[in-house]
Amino acid sequence: MRRIISILLENEAGALSRVAGLFSARGYNIQSLTVAPTEDDTVSRMTLVTTGSERIIEQITKQLNKLVDVIKLVDLTEGPHIEREMMLIRVRAVAEQREEIKRLADIFRGRIIDVSETAFTVELTGTGNKLEAFLGALPRSSILETVRSGVSGISRGEKGLRI
Amino acid sequence: MELTGAEIFVKCLADEGVEFIFGYPGGAALHIYDAIYRQDAVKHILVRHEQGATHAADGYARATGRPGCVLVTSGPGATNTITGIATAYMDSIPLVVFTGQVPSMLIGDDAFQEVDAVGISRPCVKHNFLVKDVRELASTVKKAFYIATTGRPGPVLVDIPKDITAHRCAYDYPESVSMRSYAPVTRGHQVQIKKAVELLLSARRPIVYTGGGVILAEASGILTDLVRQLGFPCTNTLMGLGAFPGDDPLFLGMLGMHGTYEANLAMHECDVMLAVGARFDDRVTGDLNKFSPHARIIHVDVDPSSISKNVPVEIPIVGSADLVLAEMAEALRDSGREPDKEALAAWWQRIAEWRGKNSLAYNHSDTVIKPQYVIEKLYELTGGDAYITSDVGQHQMWAAQHYKFRKPRRWINSGGLGTMGFGLPAAMGVKFAFPDDQVVCVTGEASIQMCIQELSTCKQYDLPIKIVNLNNRYMGMVRQWQEFFYDRRYSHSYMDALPDFIKLAESYGHSGVRVDSPADVEGALRDALARKDDLVFLDFITDQTENVYPMIAAGKGQNEIILKPSDEPSEIDERELA
Repeated sequence: MRRIISILLENEAGALSRVAGLFSARGYNIQSLTVAPTEDDTVSRMTLVTTGSERIIEQITKQLNKLVDVIKLVDLTEGPHIEREMMLIRVRAVAEQREEIKRLADIFRGRIIDVSETAFTVELTGTGNKLEAFLGALPRSSILETVRSGVSGISRGEKGLRI
Repeated sequence: MELTGAEIFVKCLADEGVEFIFGYPGGAALHIYDAIYRQDAVKHILVRHEQGATHAADGYARATGRPGCVLVTSGPGATNTITGIATAYMDSIPLVVFTGQVPSMLIGDDAFQEVDAVGISRPCVKHNFLVKDVRELASTVKKAFYIATTGRPGPVLVDIPKDITAHRCAYDYPESVSMRSYAPVTRGHQVQIKKAVELLLSARRPIVYTGGGVILAEASGILTDLVRQLGFPCTNTLMGLGAFPGDDPLFLGMLGMHGTYEANLAMHECDVMLAVGARFDDRVTGDLNKFSPHARIIHVDVDPSSISKNVPVEIPIVGSADLVLAEMAEALRDSGREPDKEALAAWWQRIAEWRGKNSLAYNHSDTVIKPQYVIEKLYELTGGDAYITSDVGQHQMWAAQHYKFRKPRRWINSGGLGTMGFGLPAAMGVKFAFPDDQVVCVTGEASIQMCIQELSTCKQYDLPIKIVNLNNRYMGMVRQWQEFFYDRRYSHSYMDALPDFIKLAESYGHSGVRVDSPADVEGALRDALARKDDLVFLDFITDQTENVYPMIAAGKGQNEIILKPSDEPSEIDERELA
């Protein structure tokens, strides 16, 4: 079962390694992990995507809560939520490919943010599935470089993760 | 007035009420050692190896309930504490370990005696800190003690770069700490407690199974009252011994791999289990698929992550054992009801049959010393009232089985990590805390050699510990497993080229006595215990072939317990399961 766990933690050196160390020490999976300071610069927010049985996920949330640097966490997948991931992708674009890539980017609501004589750099935001669909739509040989941010998530409606 | 970081550090310890700090000096810690020299509020105990410092502080903490304190230098000083820190971590012992660090500006440069102490210790501490500013030193020390001693206790490491100990600032030790990210739950949920009492009252085959958490929470008294009020059978884990009086008729003995027949079978057949401050570890449960198949389980633990980790439970209660048990007892009184007497009588009848197997029995001998006999005599001569520390292996199990601890905090052993070398330094920590009490280290000839250098510390501080060395010339537990599971191929478990322990003890300035006849066991113990001012090293030459029974082989069910050699299944192949 895929879960998205959002964590507020103290913005301290080492907080990230405590979380990462917990996952490796206990043999839990990490699919993706993103972290950055929030509007309050003493607090960082981490979004962690993991998989595991009900029992494992319960242990993961309990073990995370036990870390002294963790202030609060929520399993976003327990309620309605939005997830987004950003990808930057450099694509070979010469001659007639240039028009084709531009059209594809438009269909996926991507933006071309850099252009050179032989390549475009496209910025694309969405769920992981959408990013993969875009990659799938491109000819494999035209993909020069990709970088993905990992998943960020937030819950819908009034309820949120706040201190 | 401004003080140096080193002075601030030592003042913090004094204000925190630290009596003893166990340590070993070195370059990065020298400012601190200078500050220690210039005061007398905190006594520094010089050990012979940093591992010894951590075990001594650990023994002190286990015996007193107060946090143990350690001070070492950077690099090897820090790495040598890791075994001791991991030992304390596995058994939830409050320890605060201060490591010197190279000066801030050299961190990351592979400086002399530099090691990433925070990084190396991270997986085996409750929390750790690197102090980056002298103005944060006092508050960090306060937080370290607070975190180590509250909630589920554990070790905390504080890494202090040398320049910080020279910088100056005003001294201000905070009276209290409040952390938004750390607020352990202590009181149990009222509704859950009521449900638990209902379930206990409905039980027909109940059992109370308690672990180290009861001792850590100082809940032995309330546990004992509650169990007696209910008339239920009670079993303790290795870490929980002494929480319930070992000589009480309601006590079934220890459970688990080398627990009694009655404790393990009562666990297996119970219909309601009250687990308190215990964590269902593999040495207790055996095969999880066969574990207590009929049990409806109530689990009280201060650490939510211990609940339903290995075994799913019906009524989880997060809270401190003392508070939860007290509220349980109150709810029970308020209900005005009693457990089903008839069902309970039938249950006790069944337990009596199991007890009749006398599972701890062993064959006496007039010619060779049986290790169990030494522990029995030790128990008789000390009235079950001594502080017993142990190392790890067969001697540890025999001590746990045959010494009937009547009080909490008397049984000091490395349960979770199983650290050989723990016993002697731990005994030092206990002796510093209780100089007038009898402190005995039960050990083996293999374990004792892992921290033997601490005999020198014992001499320096005149610590009249008694060492009971059950010397079978083998790493006994390894030999036992090799006998059972490896067709008697005793690979590297024979202790060849042993030192003459008597001469060894004497060379450290102590007394040593070799005992090789069963007839001399009691007299030798009696004499040693009577020598109030001497450390006596008793070297008992014991039966080499004795095994620890009962035994539930790793990965077997509770009901597959082996009682005596004759009960052994003829073909055992469990080597994959260790």
